Formats: sequence, structure tokens, C-alpha cells
Amino acid sequence: MLLLNASGCLDALTAPEVARGLDAFVTKTVTPEPREGNAPVRIVETEFGMLNAIGLANPGRERFLAETLPLLRALGRPLWVSVGGFSARDYADTCARLDGVTVELNLSCPNVDEAPESAAEIVAACRSVTGLPLYAKLSPAAWDIAETARAVEAVGADGLSLVNTMHGLALNTTLRPSLARGAGGYSGPALRPIALAAVYACRRATQLPIVGMGGVRTGRDALELLACGANHVSLGTVLFADPDAPARVRAELADELARTRFASPEDAVGFALEAVASREN
Amino acid sequence: MPRRERRRVVAVEWLGPYALVRVERGTLDPGVPGQFFMVEAPGCVLPRAFSLCLAPRGQLAFLIDPVGPGTRALAARVPGDQIAVFGPLGNGFRLDVRKPLLVGGGIGIAPLPYLSQALEQPPAVLGFRSPHHAAAAALLPNADVVIDPVLVTDVLAETPGRDVLACGPERMLEAVRVAAPTAQLAWEAPMACGYGACYGCVVEVDGELKRLCVEGPVFNGGEAHDSATTHLLRVRTDRGWAHAGQSPAPSAARSPTNGAT
Repeated sequence: MLLLNASGCLDALTAPEVARGLDAFVTKTVTPEPREGNAPVRIVETEFGMLNAIGLANPGRERFLAETLPLLRALGRPLWVSVGGFSARDYADTCARLDGVTVELNLSCPNVDEAPESAAEIVAACRSVTGLPLYAKLSPAAWDIAETARAVEAVGADGLSLVNTMHGLALNTTLRPSLARGAGGYSGPALRPIALAAVYACRRATQLPIVGMGGVRTGRDALELLACGANHVSLGTVLFADPDAPARVRAELADELARTRFASPEDAVGFALEAVASREN
Repeated sequence: MPRRERRRVVAVEWLGPYALVRVERGTLDPGVPGQFFMVEAPGCVLPRAFSLCLAPRGQLAFLIDPVGPGTRALAARVPGDQIAVFGPLGNGFRLDVRKPLLVGGGIGIAPLPYLSQALEQPPAVLGFRSPHHAAAAALLPNADVVIDPVLVTDVLAETPGRDVLACGPERMLEAVRVAAPTAQLAWEAPMACGYGACYGCVVEVDGELKRLCVEGPVFNGGEAHDSATTHLLRVRTDRGWAHAGQSPAPSAARSPTNGAT
């Protein structure tokens, strides 16, 4: 099992000591052109989570490749590069320029207009230009996420990242949207049951490796994602509140595994599905 | 080096509407005046940012305006409660000033008591919206207090030639910058993490969007003001952006200075 950060939830160059606590670092999404991102206000807390509308702020592909990536490589951690775009060609062009990393295709940013092509078309375009491991990051808002998982598997995805944020909206005291963009991506504890359901559904549909994420705060939360079929776990919003979360969640997970008599994280993967299967039999 | 530790609340003292929450310092570094800490808000998903108000021996003290669920929960702590404190973060005030004058408005006076100690109690001008709020002026020696509708900039005009260090609402800081172009100004912005991870607190500096938590929260108003290419914190209207000081979300403001909400 790998412990990762969710894309956009950590800057390894500003906080390298936090990134070193992870098994690999996932970059903020890289788009072909530089993006300043959305206007402030970009974040707001809600009762059970937070909304963000950062808007894929990033230096663009060329500066990322020339400046950011060499600095990230110098950290000595395995890298996952989150790739975004506004057409299948955008995604493929960036994939073609990468080497020595795992690619996570951000197919589901809620804060920008999405590419018109389907997730499968984008994965297929990227598969045709790179042999790098390709993870498809899917939206939990898909009508049938298992169907999407099967579709991206069929065109050569190597894994799934589940899930991105949900669309959400909060109003301020003057009854106007708190975020300047209006709606944003909803993350944090409220997302966790949604992530569990998505991982669970996709594990029944495919044997692809799954990175589970969404509202993980504790080792128990991580164990539940594993039990639903995730092979790896990412930390998102919790990193904002607790930069020590990687070491803490790892330690708590070890305690939970011992308590529940699993020999290893791998031993727990899919346990919840096995329990259902045995009840059905 | 910032660290995150759970610390015991020692005392909560009230100054008008504001709560001064004192926690055990332990081995945490208090940092320089103007730096801030992310403080756990009990029952909330995200911590709140507060600049350090006072650093007496063995303690860290934060001035809190209890206006939202997070700040109310913090102000309701009792001695013995434990809360997580992460810092010091960001860039504080430069202390190499010859004739300092501290200027503060409302909860924005939060970093000034610690700053006053570091600069050997220079004169200060503090503005408040009511005599009740002005109770917080007791934290600062050597302070002149003005109450709305008198503004700190009215007093500032009578004291030229000073090195101004200011913290307060954005409209006050804008006015201070006009009156004292070389002032050091501590700004605020909504902030989820405080250490550069979330990109929520960006402001425009020298034509680029920068993270207030990493590049600020204290900026030299003079440098930015003199630049032909930029207006500090002024975001682009040609792309439909609002002036940062006209945020439509007063309830969403969380900042190094007042941790609102």
C-alpha cells in the first residue's frame, strides 16, 4: 500500500518535510498553458467539509517541465504528475513529454470547464503516446462510476484514482455564494461515504489498482477504503488541518490492522466485498 | 521551524468583545511579530489563523474575535483543554526601523502587543468601532485610541516621518499606504492550511498571484506601491475579478490577524 497526497493538497517544494512522509508525491494538475486560477475567495469551510475553487492554478506545461519537475525530482520521492487539459490532445501532449513518473489523468476537476471528450477517449489518446503508468481520476458524480471504470480499463488505463471532489455551494451571511466562482469542489469528511461507495463499486467492476481518497482523517478511515477495495490511500483536506497527518495516519493504520487481525494492508483489500459475497452465498 | 503540537489552554481573558486565549508554549518557537499560527478550532474541519499577540514566558497568547463557529469554539475553551497549535508561519515585520509607529484597527491590533515589546514600546495609534471594542487597547502601552468616526489615518497625518507598521481591515491598510507609502502592512485572506498547500489565500503582488501565507502576511507597501506594474492586493478587474478589499464574503474571512469565523 502506498500513502499519497491528493493532487492539489500539498506543495512539496514549500513543505518538503511533509512530502517526505508520503510514499510518493502527487503534483498539482499541470495544464498546457499557465493558469492563474480563479479569483479569490477560493476556499470556504462548511459544517462537514470545505469547498474550494482554486481553478487549476499552475505554471503551465513548459515551465513545469523546465523548472518545477527538476526540483521535485531532487526531493528523491517517487512522483505522480497530475495531468489536465481541455481536450484529449491536451492530455496526450503532456503525457508524451513525461518520463520516469506515474501519470494521473485529472478527468474530473469541478472548477474548470471539462474536456468534451469522454474519460475513455482521453485515456485512449494518452495510452497511444506513453508507456507510463496511467491512473484515471474519476468524478464521484458519474451516473455509473463502475461503467466509467470498465471503459477506461478497456482502453488501457493502469489504475483508478477515486474520487475527486463533488460540486458544492455555500452562501455567506448576505446570501451570496461564498466562493467568487459560485460553486466549488466539496471535500473533507462529508466526502468519505461517497468515496467508499465509489471504490466499492469499482472494485466489483475491475481488477485495476485503485487509489482511494475522500475525507480520510484517521487510520480507521484508511482501513475502510482498503476494505472497500482500494490498494492505496491518498490524504487530501486533512493535510490542510494537520501537516503531520501522513505519519499519524500510518501509525493509526498499523494499530487498526493489528486490532482487526490483518497481517498487512494488502490483506485487508476488498474485505468488505468478501463479506458481502459470503452473505450472498 | 514551524511545528504542530497539542498544547494546554492556560487562561481565557476578555477584553471587551475579544478573547485573549493563552496556551502553554512548550517547545514551540514564538517566531517574530507578524508571523502567525494555525490553531485548531474545536468541532471544525479546518484550523484558524491567528498572528501571535503576546509571548510571555512559557506561553503563546492569541487575540480572538468570536464571530463564527470556529472562533466562538476557541473562545469557549477552559483552562486544561488541549488544542493543536501549528507555527510560527509566514513572514513577520522587519524590525530594523528607526522611528516606529504602530497602527492598528479592530481585531487587527492582534500582532501589535508582541511587536510593541520587540520594538521597546514605540507610540501606537489604534482605531476601534466602539468604546467596548477599545478595551483591547489595554494590551498596548503608549497607545492613542480613536473611536469611529475618527480614523487612525486622521492621526497619522499629524505624525509624519515615522516608520509605520500596520495591521487592520483592508480599507484601513489601503488608506495607511497612501498616507505612509513605505509602511509595512500585514494583510489577511481566507486560508485553509497556512503553509502553502491549499492555494486559497492568493493575492496579487508585483503582477503575480502569490500565497499570502508563504509570501506574506506582511508586505512592504512602499515597494509594491512604487512598482509601475502592480497594485498590491488589487486583482484584475478586466477579468471580472473584484478588489480583494471588496470581498463579498465577510463571513468567510479567516486571516492571520483576526481568524474570523
